[in-house]
Amino acid sequence: MIIYGVALLSVCLIVGMLIGESLGVLLNVDANVGGVGIAMLFLVIASNTDKFKSLCTGIAGEGIKFWSAMYIPIVVAMAARQNVAAAIDGGLLALVAGVAAVVVSFALVPLLSRIGRSNVEKGPL
Amino acid sequence: MDIFETVFVRNNLIVAFAVIGVIMWLSYFLADKLTAGRIHGSAIAIALGLLAAYWGGLTTGGSTGVADVALLGGIGLMGGGMMRDFAIVATAFGVHLSELKKAGIAGVISIFAGVIVSFIVGAAVAVMFGYTDAVAITTIGAGAVTYIVGPVTGDALGATDAVITLSVAAGLVKSILVMIGTPLVAKSIGLDNPQSAMVFGGLMGTTSGVAAGLAATDPKLVPYGAMTATFYTGLGCLLGPSILFFIVSAIY
Repeated sequence: MIIYGVALLSVCLIVGMLIGESLGVLLNVDANVGGVGIAMLFLVIASNTDKFKSLCTGIAGEGIKFWSAMYIPIVVAMAARQNVAAAIDGGLLALVAGVAAVVVSFALVPLLSRIGRSNVEKGPL
Repeated sequence: MDIFETVFVRNNLIVAFAVIGVIMWLSYFLADKLTAGRIHGSAIAIALGLLAAYWGGLTTGGSTGVADVALLGGIGLMGGGMMRDFAIVATAFGVHLSELKKAGIAGVISIFAGVIVSFIVGAAVAVMFGYTDAVAITTIGAGAVTYIVGPVTGDALGATDAVITLSVAAGLVKSILVMIGTPLVAKSIGLDNPQSAMVFGGLMGTTSGVAAGLAATDPKLVPYGAMTATFYTGLGCLLGPSILFFIVSAIY
C-alpha cells in the first residue's frame, strides 16, 4: 500500500525532529539542531536495510518517490512566500552583509571540497 | 465574485498545487524556448516565485510574500516549513550511506567554517557601517549566518528592534542570493558531485537557499547539501550568543 511508504517517511521526519528539538534543549539553544538531517539519515538507513524492504520497494516506495518528486514545486512555493520585500527594504548594510557572506562562502566551496577528497585518497593507505 | 473567493479560500492548498503547476509549466517552457535549455526550468520557476513574493509583499505589506494574498494563501502551506522538510527528507530516498561517509569530515568542517566565516564577514560589514557596540555587531554578524540565527542571537543579547530587523534582512539577502546565484556559479566552484554538495550545504547553511539553489543546479545533489545545511542554523544559534559574542565584546 502506498501509505506504508508515506508513513515510513513521516515517522522518519517526526523522530528526527524530536531528536533535533531535544538536542536544542540539551545545548540550551532556541532552535532545532539538525532534525531534518537526522531524519534523512534514518530514511537512508531504512532504505538500505532488509527489514524495511517491504516499506521501500514496490507501491510503498512510490509513496516516498512521489514526495521526493514534489520537492521542486514545493521549493518554488517556498520561494513565493519569502519576505523579499523586507530583504530589499533592509538597505545597503543588509545588502552588503548578505552579498559578502555569500561570495566568501562560495569561494570556500572548492577549497573545503579538496580537504574532503584528500582525506578519501589517504583513507586506504 | 463571492462564490469564486469562497471556493479559492476553502480549497487553498489545492489552488496552490494548480498555481505552482502552471508556474512550473511556464518556466520549463521558457527555459526550453528562450534559453534552449541553458538555464534550468526550476531556476526560472524559483526566480518567478521570488518576483511574485516581492509583489505580494509590496501589495499586502505582509511578511510571507504572495501567501498574504487571500486567494493564494495555500502557497504559504505548500511552501511552509512542514512541507519543505517533508519533501527534503524524501529526497534522501535512494542515497547511499557510502557517499555520505566520503564527505563526512569535510562536511562537518564546512558547517563550522560556514558559520564562523559568514559571522566574521557580517560583523566586519557592521563595523564598516559605523557600529561600535558589541551587541549590535554580533547580532548583524549572526544575521549574515542565517535569518533565524540573527534574531535568536539578538533576542538573547538584548539588541534593539532596528538591529534585529537589519540582521533578518541580511539573512534574507543571503538566502535569496544563494537561490539565484548557485546555478550560475556551480560550474566554477566544482559543485557537481555529492561531496562538494555536502561542503556547499555546510558552508551556505541557509536551508531555503541551499534547497532552492541545488534544485536549480542538479536535483540529484539536493539530499547531500540539505543534510549538512540543516545542522548549520542550530550551530549558529549555539555559537552566536556565546563564543562569538564573547570574542566580539573582547575587541569592542
